[in-house]
Amino acid sequence: INHIVHNGGLYKRPFNEAFEETPMLVAVLTYVGYGVLTLFGYLRDFMRQWKIEKCQNATEREEQKDFVPLYQDFENFYNRNLYMRIRDSWNRPICSVPGAKVDMMERVSHDYNWTFTYTGRVIKDIINMGSYNYLGFAQKAGPCQEAAAKVLSQYGAGVCSTRQEMGNLDKHEELEKLVARFLGVESAMAYGMGFATNSMNIPALVGKGCLILSDELNHASLVLGARLSGATIRIFKHNNMQSLEKLLKDAIVHGQPRTRRPWKKILILVEGIYSMEGSIVRLPEVIALKKKYKSYLYLDEAHSIGALGPSGRGVVEYFGLSPEDVDVMMGTFTKSFGAAGGYIGGKKELIDYLRTYSHSAAYATSMSPPVVEQIITSVKCIMGEDGTTIGRARVQQLAENTRYFRRRLKEMGFIIYGNEDSPVVPLMLYMPAKIGAFGREMLKRNIGVVVVGFPATPIIESRARFCLSAAHTKEMLDTALKEINEVGDLLQLKYSRRRLVPLLDRPFDETTYEETED
Amino acid sequence: QEKEELIEEWQPEPLVPPVPKDHPALNYNIVSGPPTHKITVNGKECINFASFNFLGLLNNEKVKSAAQASLKKYGVGTCGPRGFYGTFDVHLELEERLAKFMRTEEAIIYSYGFATIASAIPAYSKRGDIVFVDEAACFAIQKGLQASRSNIKLFKHNDMADLERLLKEQETEDQKNPRKARVTRRFIVVEGLYMNTGDICPLPELIKLKYKYKVRIFLEESLSFGVLGEHGRGITEHFGINIDDIDLISANMENSLASIGGFCCGRSFIIDHQRLSGQGYCFSASLPPLLAAAAIEALNIMEDNPDIFQTLRAKCERIHKALQGISGLKVVGESFSPALHLQLEESCGSRENDVKLLKRVVDYCMNSGIALTQARYLEKEEKCLPPPSIRVVITVEQTEQELDKAASLLKEAAQSVLN
Repeated sequence: INHIVHNGGLYKRPFNEAFEETPMLVAVLTYVGYGVLTLFGYLRDFMRQWKIEKCQNATEREEQKDFVPLYQDFENFYNRNLYMRIRDSWNRPICSVPGAKVDMMERVSHDYNWTFTYTGRVIKDIINMGSYNYLGFAQKAGPCQEAAAKVLSQYGAGVCSTRQEMGNLDKHEELEKLVARFLGVESAMAYGMGFATNSMNIPALVGKGCLILSDELNHASLVLGARLSGATIRIFKHNNMQSLEKLLKDAIVHGQPRTRRPWKKILILVEGIYSMEGSIVRLPEVIALKKKYKSYLYLDEAHSIGALGPSGRGVVEYFGLSPEDVDVMMGTFTKSFGAAGGYIGGKKELIDYLRTYSHSAAYATSMSPPVVEQIITSVKCIMGEDGTTIGRARVQQLAENTRYFRRRLKEMGFIIYGNEDSPVVPLMLYMPAKIGAFGREMLKRNIGVVVVGFPATPIIESRARFCLSAAHTKEMLDTALKEINEVGDLLQLKYSRRRLVPLLDRPFDETTYEETED
Repeated sequence: QEKEELIEEWQPEPLVPPVPKDHPALNYNIVSGPPTHKITVNGKECINFASFNFLGLLNNEKVKSAAQASLKKYGVGTCGPRGFYGTFDVHLELEERLAKFMRTEEAIIYSYGFATIASAIPAYSKRGDIVFVDEAACFAIQKGLQASRSNIKLFKHNDMADLERLLKEQETEDQKNPRKARVTRRFIVVEGLYMNTGDICPLPELIKLKYKYKVRIFLEESLSFGVLGEHGRGITEHFGINIDDIDLISANMENSLASIGGFCCGRSFIIDHQRLSGQGYCFSASLPPLLAAAAIEALNIMEDNPDIFQTLRAKCERIHKALQGISGLKVVGESFSPALHLQLEESCGSRENDVKLLKRVVDYCMNSGIALTQARYLEKEEKCLPPPSIRVVITVEQTEQELDKAASLLKEAAQSVLN
């Protein structure tokens, strides 16, 4: 369904999101493919059980053979028979900075991916379309790296204590003030791991007797945080505002399931950019709903902070909304800032509460000082406070790259999911054999891509996912596009039945970002 | 109509309740500069008795230069999880070195110490399985157990008789329903050195119970890795137990190794499973390479100087003896444990008042140059909340004079505040 929505003034710019339907023939062939693989899987398991084929799995100790088996046989069926065959597309070891071009250690397998050996050779200069390096801050030289090196020699690498005990350094305070200023909120708090930020703070905010409305395709960390909190969880269809409204109405009108008492709080969990779909949340509508039904909004900007918005301040700025409307703004520093960790921003009461009651503040070690310094320098660069315009240039370069890349892929005839402005580009593969083939063919042509299949995606919707970066130059994108075109023809991946008329190649669409004067 | 009215009338609670300004956990100590042996807390220069820097590697020049070299080669972040171009050769090297050091087949690294055990337990123990866990287990273990949705059975701290009683009860349950028993997995989760009490777990008896009742053992060695044992290999070396008898050893690298992150080690049969089902491993960015390089160098130092463990234990014994007999405070913890607790001998009635009293003791010591901290807990979230206490941490860098000074200062503080 392809739609362009202007929606009565809520949206200040066109919102183009498309998820083309799977062609029927392709769906059927995909199911057939999985069916054949499953049959072969059973056959080989049978042969392994009867010792006709050698079993190469690691096995239990002799002394513990009469213990209850640790894994159920069926649990590992997928692992043994499908994942093992194409396992070389994942966990590829690299040995250089994960920038626009990366060096990979070559590895071969002589026994169909059960074990790998490293030949010792290094494949150099692979175009990296897999790392989350949106603004190109993964650099081994430059102002960020120099600042981090200075802090490393002064402070050391570790901290050895928690925030509430002796681990709160002056660097952490500086970082939190800076992040709060960057986001436009009253105050912020930073944590050592993005995953843990979600899974340890959602339980601190909601508990039993509260309701969580979470999007269908939310990340594992949000799902884990929601589960650990003990609140009731209800799921609405991906980015579907009618589904969300219906759930909100039902919740307030009917109350808690058995006792009919009113809910204590309602929390809506959404992400800025969904990394598997490439879609952007419909934030103006979500905020309108939130205000109407008096619920709270938790926005996870893991992929969108730094990547969207004219000055890189994320999805809130992209839609021209005020950060005060979002109750809890969460994000990570791993993707656009080239560091590690997560943050939560919001009103001062919220952050004070989290400082006291967050699981991470009381029990987990605080962030490492050089990592903190990297974030401080990169945030200052994006805001333009280091005196250069590098930050702004990178944000614009990323937007330009996104538009160009997506348009060219659509012109070639691939099915691309997601919003036109999202730097995450999923290209549909569907069939299980093509997952492995695509990954390997692209590597042969010196391009590193990420392919994903079940269980991260629905079983027939496997895809290849490209992550664009401000560090990619137009030449690199053109090389990549040429190779993708070739491989697409080779593997017959051009499923789209809707051909876009190729535009004359305009390098930058001037209407993308108007300069807004506040 | 009436639905609209209901929607109009409903008032939610505020998102967060207000926090009183003088809440003890709200005002953090601000450390200016590196949190090493000599530390500047809130503007005062003190000797550090609060950071878990057991082997003094936080300020070690070799570790720092290894991290610098890594920073120059790889930058800071890894920009991806392990599955998607986030696996660096330093990660693979660190995993190999850890496996070799602990003499196991394989090791796996996490980028956050808390997430290590909290992701490892739910990878193996699912709904319907049974886990026997010590009452004094740390919060990370409790969160891992909560995420696993298994049946939790708590046994009294270090009480093997209580554990055996629970195991026997489970055995009689099994005999009633043998089909279910054949697919229910059982685990015991214990810590080597308990963070909350400073005690050591009786591992030889646990091994006997393991084979008698067919339960698997998960051992959490955050405090004992790099402290116990002749070469610092932890509690298995301390008791001389074959490491293959323990199914999974998990530890964090934030204490002795002075880095960030954690690891699990064991046989490949067990560890390999976490590479696809450990949530904190698959869905989270990998450890920054400079921290991995710092950990490798720290391991090198540990292997080259095996006598620091003996030195550390001697210092622990010394201060343990020196702190006995302070009126009003009792020492909780083994004599060779580098992380002790000082609890009030008699509580004043409410936990809040106890905490305030201990804060005065801590402030007295900080004003005179010894940095201490109270052990922080989330009071409402812990299953078995330990009593309020002051945490005393011993590191190799502290000299004998400093240890004596700390002990005498604590005596003075206790005298003036508690009497």
